[in-house]
Amino acid sequence: MKGTVKMSELVIKNLAASIDDREILKDVSLTVKGGEIHALMGPNGAGKSTLGYVLMGHPNYKVTGGSIKLNGVELINKTPEERARAGLFLAFQNPVTVQGVKLSTFIRTAYNQMHPGEKIPIQQFYDSMKQHMKKVGLDESFISRSINDGFSGGERKRFEILQMVMLKPKIVVLDEIDSGLDVDALKMVAEEIREFHNEETGFLIITHYQRILKDIEPEFVHVLMDGKMARDGNRDLSLRIEEEGYDWIRGV
Amino acid sequence: MEIDFKRDEEMEKLVQDLKSVKRSEFEFHDANKPVYSTGKGLTRETVEEISEIKKEPDWMRRLRLKALEIFMSKPVPTWGPDLSGIDWENTSYYNRPGESKTNNWEEVPDEIKETFQKLGVPEMEQKFLAGSVAQYDSEGVYHNLKKVWEDKGVVFMDLDSAVQKYPDLVKDYYCRAVPVTDNKFAALNGAVWSGGSFLYVPKGVQIDMPLQTYFRMNGEATGQFEHTIVVADEGSKVHYIEGCTAPRYDKNSLHSAIVEIYVKRNAKARYTSVQNWSKSVYNMPTKRAWVDENAQMEWVGGSLGSKITMLYPSSYLRGPYASASNLNIALAGAGTFKDTGAKALHLAPHTTSRIVAKSISIEDGKAIYRGLLRMNKGAVHSKSKVQCDALLINDESSSFTYPHDEIYEPTATFSHEASVGRIGTEELTYLRSRGLSEDEASSMIVLGFLDDVMKEIPMEFAVEMNRLIKLEMGKLGAVG
Repeated sequence: MKGTVKMSELVIKNLAASIDDREILKDVSLTVKGGEIHALMGPNGAGKSTLGYVLMGHPNYKVTGGSIKLNGVELINKTPEERARAGLFLAFQNPVTVQGVKLSTFIRTAYNQMHPGEKIPIQQFYDSMKQHMKKVGLDESFISRSINDGFSGGERKRFEILQMVMLKPKIVVLDEIDSGLDVDALKMVAEEIREFHNEETGFLIITHYQRILKDIEPEFVHVLMDGKMARDGNRDLSLRIEEEGYDWIRGV
Repeated sequence: MEIDFKRDEEMEKLVQDLKSVKRSEFEFHDANKPVYSTGKGLTRETVEEISEIKKEPDWMRRLRLKALEIFMSKPVPTWGPDLSGIDWENTSYYNRPGESKTNNWEEVPDEIKETFQKLGVPEMEQKFLAGSVAQYDSEGVYHNLKKVWEDKGVVFMDLDSAVQKYPDLVKDYYCRAVPVTDNKFAALNGAVWSGGSFLYVPKGVQIDMPLQTYFRMNGEATGQFEHTIVVADEGSKVHYIEGCTAPRYDKNSLHSAIVEIYVKRNAKARYTSVQNWSKSVYNMPTKRAWVDENAQMEWVGGSLGSKITMLYPSSYLRGPYASASNLNIALAGAGTFKDTGAKALHLAPHTTSRIVAKSISIEDGKAIYRGLLRMNKGAVHSKSKVQCDALLINDESSSFTYPHDEIYEPTATFSHEASVGRIGTEELTYLRSRGLSEDEASSMIVLGFLDDVMKEIPMEFAVEMNRLIKLEMGKLGAVG
């Protein structure tokens, strides 16, 4: 092992955020460290996806309280690109189409932004990209296509994972990465995530179902309800949710 | 599947280059006052006066007066954008910037020379051009043609000078492809035209470097009405470029040009124009080419600026195997309206046309493609391909296409393709969440959109387009 591993740490404290003056997140606290895998669960409308957008700095959401620190640096007033360069990555639940921007140029430009100073020769970069495309199950020909242009729901998800492994972020937020993927596709994606997972990188897996957690086992499980963190626990928590749903947490 | 590494590397470099391009300053204006102006408004006297000042032959004076009558009799067209903002009464139709014309930049009046230097015109001439004409408000102030081409019989000067020096040659072509009866704005041009270029390329002469005219409007509430004639005689080859800019004022200005291009048998002509008028200019030119047997006409047009532009460069394919290609890129910035397109008229057998129209609309900018495709009976086995791509940089904007086809020949074939892409907050946020700055995101989007036509457009055009889009997009993706 070379030198000391720089541990990443994302610390969310008492985060509150709204969209169009509607408060979605009320009080969210959570710490994700390098090497850890966290699952964030919760019923529909609990604010799970909002948390993803707010972490990434989506301009439609307004932070009304609390803090988001990555390795001690406050992110709240930072632009999405500054957050990305600091090592944060969000796999979008519904990634959009961006016509005219090729996958190849996009990922390479993004990589150069996130890892300035590393000059990887273009051929070597694309070779590695093609290998990972194979692993996530995207045909090589996609490399020359526009971002998500004509992609199926599953292909979009595979492309998110491809970006993750290529861009090598420090903290990864996966928003419903399992939706739209069939069993085999999910296996491939999970395998790629497991391979990418290392002691430097921390994961926050946002999911409605427990399905993906069978392939990627989280050490920490959190339940978000009505914009507040309702329960923190371990693997047992997600298993109980699978059997009983969320009502018992609500106290109904 | 192989990737074109070289192309990708070029693209990467371009994105980085575009990032460092500073805001260019086209919208400045200098203190030059015209030495002569016909004042506001348009009457028979104004037209007589212009003709008198120019000491024109009588035939031209009579043509002007006839055109004025036609102009007066035609209503303002209402089938397109709203033109009610044109202030006909308060526009000055003729503004003479200086006393003389010269072929030496040193002799150009200082303020005007500085303006063209700021725009980089003399520098470009030295580096890239076979010849250049510079027009300031109503008159050409400078023209020069490299001696090697002059010796081969090429004529390149402002049209006013050509009327004096080569009246017979001018008479052969003046208002033949575009008669003044064509439309109200062509008639207006016929009445008050001033400046524009006359380019004649003799038989068999192939000019390898482009020739350029740069049009600059400086005054407020003025009109520029140049008339340009390009003749590519049999077997010749020529590339003619036009660039246009103007300062921005509160009062609207009017630009109404005529461009006539004659491509004779086996000749090849390319006409590139990059229009970057300020947002106070109504831009209403009429451009048309006559393309003879086995000749090739290429239109490359960029409409970046202006308040309203209505422009449909037309190709009349008059001889067998004549061909025309029309590449038009329109940028409709906030508050502007681009009603642009192309016309291809297939009048002879085996003629081909290809039209590629790309438009980018930002905020409430409107971009419309309006085209005419006509295949006359007897234009056997003629072919046409029309492609319209629209990019909407906004969450709410939209674009429209109005293709109009008149096909009278059963053996003719044609196709239409259209695509619409949208870049709004979501798309920008997505790119930015991967570490791309707004600059890079917009550059990639623009370059990506123009990728298939990039090789055909001048580099400075892409740079300028990118700059304008960035300016407008800055308002869109701002993170609070």
